[in-house]
Amino acid sequence: MSYLDGRDVLGPDTDHDPRGLLDIEGVGAMAVFRRGLAASPELRSGVGLTALMALAVAGGKLLVPLTIQFVLDFGISADGVNMGRVSVLSAISIVLVGASILLGRATYYRLMRTAEDFLMGLRVRTFAHLHRLSMAEHTASRRGALVARVTSDVETLTQFAQWGAVSWIINLIQIVAVLVIMSIYSWQLTLVTVLVHLPLAPILRWMQRRQLKAYEQVRTRVSDTLSEVSESLQGVDVVRAYGYRGPTRARLHRAIGRQYREEMRAQRYFSLVLPLTDITGIAAIAAVIGAGVHSGGSWAVTSGELVAFVFLSNMLVGPITELGEVLDQTQTALAGWWKILEVLDTDLDLIEPIGGPGVAVGALAVRVEGVQFAYRGGDRVLHGLDVCLPAGAAVAVVGETGSGKTTFAKLLARLADPTAGRVLVGGVDLTVMGVEDRHRALRMVPQDGFLFDTTVADNIAFGRSGADRGDAEQAIEDLGLGWWVDRLPGGLDARVGERGESLSVGERQLVALARAQVADPGLLILDEATSAVDPETEQALEGALERLAKGRTTVSVAHRLTTAERADLVLVFDRGRIVEQGRHVDLVDADGVYAELHRSWLGNTRPVLR
Amino acid sequence: MVSVDEPTVARRGARLVLRSMRAHPIPHTVGILAGNVFAFTVVGFTIVVGRVTDEVIIPGLDGDGLAGRSLLSGLAAILLIGLVRGVSIMVRRYFNMTAVLRTRRTWRLAITDRYLDAPRSYYWSKPTGELLAHADADVETAMSMLMPLAFSVSVGALVVVSLISLLVVHPLFVLVAVLLFPTLAIINRAYVLAVEDPAARAQAIVGRVSAIAHESVDGIMVVKTIGRQDAEVGRFAAATADLRRERLEVYRRQSLFQPVIYSLPNLGILVLLLVGAWLISRDSVTIGELVQAMALFSILTMPVQILGYLFQQMPRSVVAMDRIDRVMDVEPELCPGSPPPVPELVPVVYEDVVFSYPPAGLGSPTPVLNGFSARIEAGESVALVGATGSGKSTLIALLAGVISPTAGKITLGGVDVDDLGVDGTASVVAPVFQETFLFADTVRENLTLGRSVPDPEVERVLHLVAADRFVAELPKGIDTPLGERGVTLSGGQRQRLAIARALLRRPGVLALDDSTSAVDPTIEAEILANLRAHRGRTLIVVAHRLATIRLADRILFLDDGRAVADGTHECLLDIPGYAALIRAYEEAVT
Repeated sequence: MSYLDGRDVLGPDTDHDPRGLLDIEGVGAMAVFRRGLAASPELRSGVGLTALMALAVAGGKLLVPLTIQFVLDFGISADGVNMGRVSVLSAISIVLVGASILLGRATYYRLMRTAEDFLMGLRVRTFAHLHRLSMAEHTASRRGALVARVTSDVETLTQFAQWGAVSWIINLIQIVAVLVIMSIYSWQLTLVTVLVHLPLAPILRWMQRRQLKAYEQVRTRVSDTLSEVSESLQGVDVVRAYGYRGPTRARLHRAIGRQYREEMRAQRYFSLVLPLTDITGIAAIAAVIGAGVHSGGSWAVTSGELVAFVFLSNMLVGPITELGEVLDQTQTALAGWWKILEVLDTDLDLIEPIGGPGVAVGALAVRVEGVQFAYRGGDRVLHGLDVCLPAGAAVAVVGETGSGKTTFAKLLARLADPTAGRVLVGGVDLTVMGVEDRHRALRMVPQDGFLFDTTVADNIAFGRSGADRGDAEQAIEDLGLGWWVDRLPGGLDARVGERGESLSVGERQLVALARAQVADPGLLILDEATSAVDPETEQALEGALERLAKGRTTVSVAHRLTTAERADLVLVFDRGRIVEQGRHVDLVDADGVYAELHRSWLGNTRPVLR
Repeated sequence: MVSVDEPTVARRGARLVLRSMRAHPIPHTVGILAGNVFAFTVVGFTIVVGRVTDEVIIPGLDGDGLAGRSLLSGLAAILLIGLVRGVSIMVRRYFNMTAVLRTRRTWRLAITDRYLDAPRSYYWSKPTGELLAHADADVETAMSMLMPLAFSVSVGALVVVSLISLLVVHPLFVLVAVLLFPTLAIINRAYVLAVEDPAARAQAIVGRVSAIAHESVDGIMVVKTIGRQDAEVGRFAAATADLRRERLEVYRRQSLFQPVIYSLPNLGILVLLLVGAWLISRDSVTIGELVQAMALFSILTMPVQILGYLFQQMPRSVVAMDRIDRVMDVEPELCPGSPPPVPELVPVVYEDVVFSYPPAGLGSPTPVLNGFSARIEAGESVALVGATGSGKSTLIALLAGVISPTAGKITLGGVDVDDLGVDGTASVVAPVFQETFLFADTVRENLTLGRSVPDPEVERVLHLVAADRFVAELPKGIDTPLGERGVTLSGGQRQRLAIARALLRRPGVLALDDSTSAVDPTIEAEILANLRAHRGRTLIVVAHRLATIRLADRILFLDDGRAVADGTHECLLDIPGYAALIRAYEEAVT
């Protein structure tokens, strides 16, 4: 796996920070929320009715303290208890509680349906956006982070939706409803309650910030630990064969210890928030009783009302505490949301044309005009290429590691667009060529024969949209690979495993060639594998490649001498420029860069058998 | 309702808790004590509120006023009990969480230690992801049961204290409670059971969604080259839609239970109100006592929820703990006490080596080596040549002591590699494996692997493998970090560093397993020339390219897990199998 990454030109671009993440703290929760709302129309649909229902549910929670007040004030007096009245009041209340249960069901389901619609939309849109970014954005170092956006980050949001978000909605409404009812009883006592709670706001906000930082640190430490563990596992052979167990153990212990200390630091906030809101709530109750009794009825409260007020105050403790509790979850979710939104906000560096001119069937000529290329935020790697490749020609691109030959191939396949200049295939600028036509007419076979985890037949048929098993069989026959397929357990129906790993490297390349054959492209771009493949498969590859190339323009990033020797045109790359071009024999005679390369090649691979 | 293995789950859960308590008794004890203090303050608070109603509120508002002192002392009581309650929550949370975090650390250390000490064969049966999950997700899941522990224990106290305080007020109130809370517990249990299946299904789909995302982004190059973006988005959207459907089923079932669970205590309070009013009319209780009882009821839903969470979490935690225990059951590899010292330059002898893969117990073993014997003299250069699957790489791995032979033995200077142990072998043999592995650390650390090596020596070796130039051009030279947060090197560059790492150890035996396959031909020639120049070590290479093969004094030709021929390249060309293989290599490579 390690040496198949074929990143010879992509090397330098990984230096720059691939994430470029804005610090979430600099953004603010509301900004994230507004941006997120704009990105997800699902959140706005039916929001009015849902809010109304949630309001009713929260109102239902107030039934009990209200009933208590009514019963205490109207049912029980110094003269005795009016059981009839008490029974009627209780019965009404019980019926209403029953109704609130039914309403609660409907509301909860409605809320969660909205949340799921939102999550699904966000996930799919982000995934689609990922696929629209050019290959220049999909560097190996970014890959993991990009996958995390549509997996773990969305899952963070899901967890938030399941608890935090519902909690925010219900609790906020409950707090407001409680305050409204409180002020109906007595605005003075309501004011007292609010005043006691007021200092909580800045304190919680401050803690929220500190907590956010702490959690960020914890996450970093967790991923540090994970990569240490993962290294100790993946590198197990080196660790053992080089007597590196001691230092590895020390590294693991250090990472685990660091994670623990960071977690301990972060949990201080966890243990502080709840007691803080709890004590404040009790202080508010004491203040209400004190002020209510002290006013001696001048604030127009009866004893029943004051007791109900105490119950109402108690009903604030729960929601406020819970909000304090979900703060950290909210932060994590917001951070995840922001990261997702950042992906959605990454402007597309490769805009697909709508419609656009088509291109003829058959071998295609290529014209490259003044092409330059730089990775986002990186140095230029191609410095103005001009070259014409005649239709039907076999072109070999050679050069040392890092010379720009693979990047050149990628631009030909429009895996990225040049930062300056243009590439014309069959006379049509690649940036305007119709998408369907482009996929049909030009095809790159990457070095790494990545396969999808399905059957050989499916993988071949993926070569052209609408292709079926018959097309796959035809392609296998065209390339003369029937014998190989027959040998596979299950033939074309053999499953290839994750990434195609049930097949050997060479066999994966065979499938990739058949996949290209299905498309029948006019321009074939081949990135030759550098790794050793067993001789039998190598010969099969050779034969298949020869058949595949027939009648097409082929551009091969060559690692083999024969490819260059047989080519109609050799392009020699050096540090982002084409320094020589011509036929093999002429270039050898010219005694330049290519001749040097060729000599070393010869020295290596051609000492005759005897 | 109660499944058959429930008692064992509870017993295993209890065992998990006890193990954690034994390992970290102090934070657990403090947490539980604080939890009990909390339970008393909760009940105490309702008693205070009830008494304040009777002695402060009602006389103050309905009666003819009251003394300021009783108001003040009432408020002081409320505040004091509130303060104690708040502090007890804080202490409980802090110490309980400390216990959880410490237990997690303990297990993480134990698991990773065990990984390092496990025999190499342990790794064959397990994908890296799975081993990683034991140290990460499994530890978290297993210990998540400990989170509500202190609270759950104290909740028992809370229930007892509450029931007593209700009993003191009036036995009828206890009756309401005794009817209500078991009902609540039963509904809670039914709820947990009802959502279990769809929740598990949803979790499985989460795995599928994530697998599609990984596959699709991993293969983005192919996706783009074959124009499959839309199809991929469609596939992902379909899985996501499945996930949405399954999750909505969970929510639908939740919506059936949750409002009932939350509203039942309210109904209880209303019943209490009715009963209480009747009791007041008979002068059996005071209004304040009724208020106190109702306040208690609103609190008593908590224990039901907490215990519900504990029992919901327990099966998952127990299963995760089982997985951890299976790791701990792995026998550590035996380390020989003090292996006999082996001089650096020694002959390598393979004696009737048999090796089957996978080892017994992990599927049907297929023989890779069938009685391979060979002697390689000290300072000799030998190339191992053979078709794919003939056992070349296995010979290198056996020599490095990374794996042990099924039968037969490999000796270094007469000492069995198995007796030398992993570390003893490492002091003699430096292997470079087919798959290059570099740590996400600096170039220097990757080369020295923690030993202190003078810079000139490092530079000399880098020059030998033609890596001096590109290393010098790295942003921080030899101190440039590699990997995820550093620079990514090409396959050829990585291979060169791996060879340099081996050379730096000045090994008696250098074993290269096709280690230059991704190196540019020019550079490969340079490296090979340098290796050829230094003859003060035994060199064993697995080779495909003729250039590499020609580096050797002697060639061992392997077929079907045996050495079938032995001699110089020129001699072996008379053997048809060998000549055909070499010709095939040449045709393939050129």
